[in-house]
Amino acid sequence: MIKKYFFHSIFLNLFFLKEVFAAESGGMPQLNPEFWVSQIFWLTLTFGILYIVLSKAILPKISSNLELRKSQIQENIEAAEKQRIESDTKLKEYDDFILKSKIKAKNIYKDAREKVIKDINSKKEVLDRQIDEEIKKAEKEIEVLKKNAPEKINKIAIETSSELIKKLIGAEINSSSISAIVDDLSKRNGDKYYGN
Amino acid sequence: MAANPMTQFEVYRIGPEVKIGSFDISFTNASLFMVISSLAILIIFNLGSKKNSVLPNKIQLLAELSYTFVSKMISDTAGSKAKPYFAFIFSLFMFVLFCNMFGMIPYTFTVTSHIIVTFVLAAFIFIGVTIVGFIKHGFGYLKLFVPSGVPIVLLPLIVVIEIISYLSRPISLSVRLFANMMAGHTMMKVFGGFVVSLGIIGGWLPLSFSVALTGLEILVAFLQAYVFAILTCIYLNDALNLHH
Repeated sequence: MIKKYFFHSIFLNLFFLKEVFAAESGGMPQLNPEFWVSQIFWLTLTFGILYIVLSKAILPKISSNLELRKSQIQENIEAAEKQRIESDTKLKEYDDFILKSKIKAKNIYKDAREKVIKDINSKKEVLDRQIDEEIKKAEKEIEVLKKNAPEKINKIAIETSSELIKKLIGAEINSSSISAIVDDLSKRNGDKYYGN
Repeated sequence: MAANPMTQFEVYRIGPEVKIGSFDISFTNASLFMVISSLAILIIFNLGSKKNSVLPNKIQLLAELSYTFVSKMISDTAGSKAKPYFAFIFSLFMFVLFCNMFGMIPYTFTVTSHIIVTFVLAAFIFIGVTIVGFIKHGFGYLKLFVPSGVPIVLLPLIVVIEIISYLSRPISLSVRLFANMMAGHTMMKVFGGFVVSLGIIGGWLPLSFSVALTGLEILVAFLQAYVFAILTCIYLNDALNLHH
């Protein structure tokens, strides 16, 4: 049964030409002219309508769509290029600005530094002068003090001596005699005591 | 019976018999699939061209890719002069492709497996190309049969060969498509018949063959449409540019 089908189909494939010429049924239906006219008619009709609709309505639309997209993309690219150039110039401007401001800042710094140095110098001078004056004043005071010191010391010495004598001896001694002794001593040993 | 692999190619009437004069132009299953194919093409490409977005959706992409594919094919083979024939070649390619592809669906009818259909298309192309050639070049178009650089002794022979090859163009063009379609579908039917007749035990081998053949036939369906269109372009190129 299987074999029969197998060979049947094989034969049909290999020898269909024979069958075509032999019979209408069982051969190639393609060579049966019964519906040829119908097929030609419908082919012409459908293909004709397809061609007309495609060529008049659909293909121009697709074409214009593609063109539109192309031009749109081109425009976008151009716009992007333009913006790139713009941003480049802006960047350059910015760089210039930065450079200029750097130089300006440097100058300001320099000026400020010079000014400060000048100020410091002038103030230093004033201070120096003031210090000098103070020193001079102090020296003068010291001088005055130095001049007065022996007298005071003598006075203290006299008072202390009288006090000591009073405590030691218990006698009241005339201050004038003590002062005479102190004066005498100070005159002799003044240099030793005051370091002059 | 289903066992006969040729029954799938039978044309039968759908609806009443329509006659113009003595010609029968009834609506048949072949006509039905011509109408279905054409409608499918029109619907797909109409949807694909309806709205234009910069980022196309799937159907628009499909339409535009087909457009550029055919457009590139024509400009590659026939040059820029073939631009006016773009719509014809596009519809031809799409029609043949869709008819082939619809034929791949089980229980459908393959329009292009009928010699009369392919022959009418091929004859139309042949006559059209010849007319275009004579309009463009006048009687100079006959130079197509006289290749340059051929020894004078061989010339009569070459001219005869060239004329025969030129005249056989519609036959080769139509038979190529028709034979490919018919052979493929017959093969598939035969292997399908084996699956049934060998049953559950022996049927797996022909079934796997059938699956493989389906893939091959889809490839052939595309390829034959492409070949049909590109040969039309080549014939058109001969008619338009005439340098043999």
